[in-house]
Amino acid sequence: MAWFTRNKPSVDTPEQGERHVRTEGLWLKCDGCGQVVWRKALDDNLQVCPKCNFHFKIDAAGRLKLFYDGEWEEFDNNLVSTDPLEFVDSSPYKSRLAATQKKTNLKDALISTGGKMGGRYVHICVLDFRFMGGSMGSVLGEMITRAVERSCEQRVPLVIVSASGGARMQEGAVSLMQMAKISAALMRLDEAKVPYISLLTDPTTGGVTASFAMLGDLNIAEPGALIGFAGRRVIEQTIRQKLPDNFQKSEFLLDHGFLDAIVSRNELKQYLVRAFDFFAG
Amino acid sequence: MDQLEREIAELKAASTGGESKIGQLEQELKAIQPEPEKHPSWQRVQLARHPKRPHSLDYIQRVFTDFHEIHGDRGFADDAAIVCGWAFFEDRPVMVVGQQKGRDTKQKLLRNFGMPKPEGYRKALRVMRMAAKFGRPIITLLDTPGAYPGMDAEERGQAEAVALNIREMARLATPIVVVVIGEGGSGGALAMGVGNRVLMLENAIYSVISPESCAAIIWRDSGKAEPAAAALKLTAPDLQRLGLIDTIVPEPPGGAQEDWDRAAESLRQELRKNLDELAPLTARQLVDQRYDKFRQMGNFFAEAV
Repeated sequence: MAWFTRNKPSVDTPEQGERHVRTEGLWLKCDGCGQVVWRKALDDNLQVCPKCNFHFKIDAAGRLKLFYDGEWEEFDNNLVSTDPLEFVDSSPYKSRLAATQKKTNLKDALISTGGKMGGRYVHICVLDFRFMGGSMGSVLGEMITRAVERSCEQRVPLVIVSASGGARMQEGAVSLMQMAKISAALMRLDEAKVPYISLLTDPTTGGVTASFAMLGDLNIAEPGALIGFAGRRVIEQTIRQKLPDNFQKSEFLLDHGFLDAIVSRNELKQYLVRAFDFFAG
Repeated sequence: MDQLEREIAELKAASTGGESKIGQLEQELKAIQPEPEKHPSWQRVQLARHPKRPHSLDYIQRVFTDFHEIHGDRGFADDAAIVCGWAFFEDRPVMVVGQQKGRDTKQKLLRNFGMPKPEGYRKALRVMRMAAKFGRPIITLLDTPGAYPGMDAEERGQAEAVALNIREMARLATPIVVVVIGEGGSGGALAMGVGNRVLMLENAIYSVISPESCAAIIWRDSGKAEPAAAALKLTAPDLQRLGLIDTIVPEPPGGAQEDWDRAAESLRQELRKNLDELAPLTARQLVDQRYDKFRQMGNFFAEAV
């Protein structure tokens, strides 16, 4: 028997795992300035930090609420990938898809819609980064192509909001060819002289940047968004040196002549409305 | 080997103290057994990157006559990772655009290991537009690990250059025949890959990501490229099965590196066949055929209930 035993617990401590503060979820730390931000202030400010103007990621549905005057209709929201490669890594692609579909309540990484924006009927496609990093496979490729064709036939202006890691590896060369399919459709839209505005948000990289995201009549971006072709790590390994912090940010692309404008989230709708007033009259 | 295996089996069956003999025979067997077979997809990756495999200029020399190179994008520089120029294919005027790798160290550096920069793609587009203007068929040869992932390439808009090429190739009113001769490295290859016909050499590969990078993402180990190569379905037969390419161009036994002349002859025959087929089409038909081809490509989706 031990010489000293504690007969009663000295302090009243809560069980492990139960420790939490009552204010949890009310405050969060801004990734931009590192300051503590009240979540409600963030919600009231379109998920933009009131202190430093850092733009937090928002999901596809949140994005659509920002743009449309009221309700919108959805297109092609029943398409699902058939796993052409029967791809298996740490888990099969099929089950990974199923799990993501359940989690996000989406069939793939895109919502394709139509509705009134500033009184004008427009088509808006929004990529959802939560769905396998907004990656582009056969479903996303088909949905965007149909949206472009619809815009072309009905002469309805088109907006595509990108947020994506690029092509979806699990569909191999099939996803690569979506770049060609979408870009070819955009060629027809271009010939039909129907306006298309590409909005690049954080982050947009790889095969998405290297196809439809860079092919707008206007290519615009939110402040501070990561936009590039190759990933930062790949470049650092290739050139064997550290990259500057602002590398591949919206401001960097604007400086080098690859964006037409950087538009803050609270001004986006007005910008799009006026741009289509200019293009579509 | 068969005999050794049989003896081991017999001894094991009789096994009443012949263990030392069994062990000895098993060791003998191990010594003469070949290395485990590499996955066929990985073998093809290695062939596609073989140091002696013919590159674009090697084919150009053998398949075309009177090739005259056109340099520069008229904006920034001349990218040696892409060679293009006018030439004659069996007396027919054609424009040739190829991605070029180097063979020795000096050439490899000059050609940037076959990784084009934005100015290379812009040169290719300039030249292809010129070909379309004069109604000359375009033949592109794809052989790149990918578009160059460097700081200068990003600054000059690598993504924009690739995107624009893809869209504009869809618009060109002239026959385009694409041939994957070695490595078809993702967007960097596709930027010259939108054609009325897409051919692929027997041991070439075409993929959205290199097996090494794929393995690094999945298993955090780029050494596991072999299973990644198998999973990515990147060989010519795989791509034909998926409907992403039209024709497989046969290579000499052992691969194109064994006999450049025969590989080039094989390519010449396929090119002739495809150019002949496209020759009667009008400009409008060519653009529409190309559009429909890519519109129907890679449609692997179903309507959910």
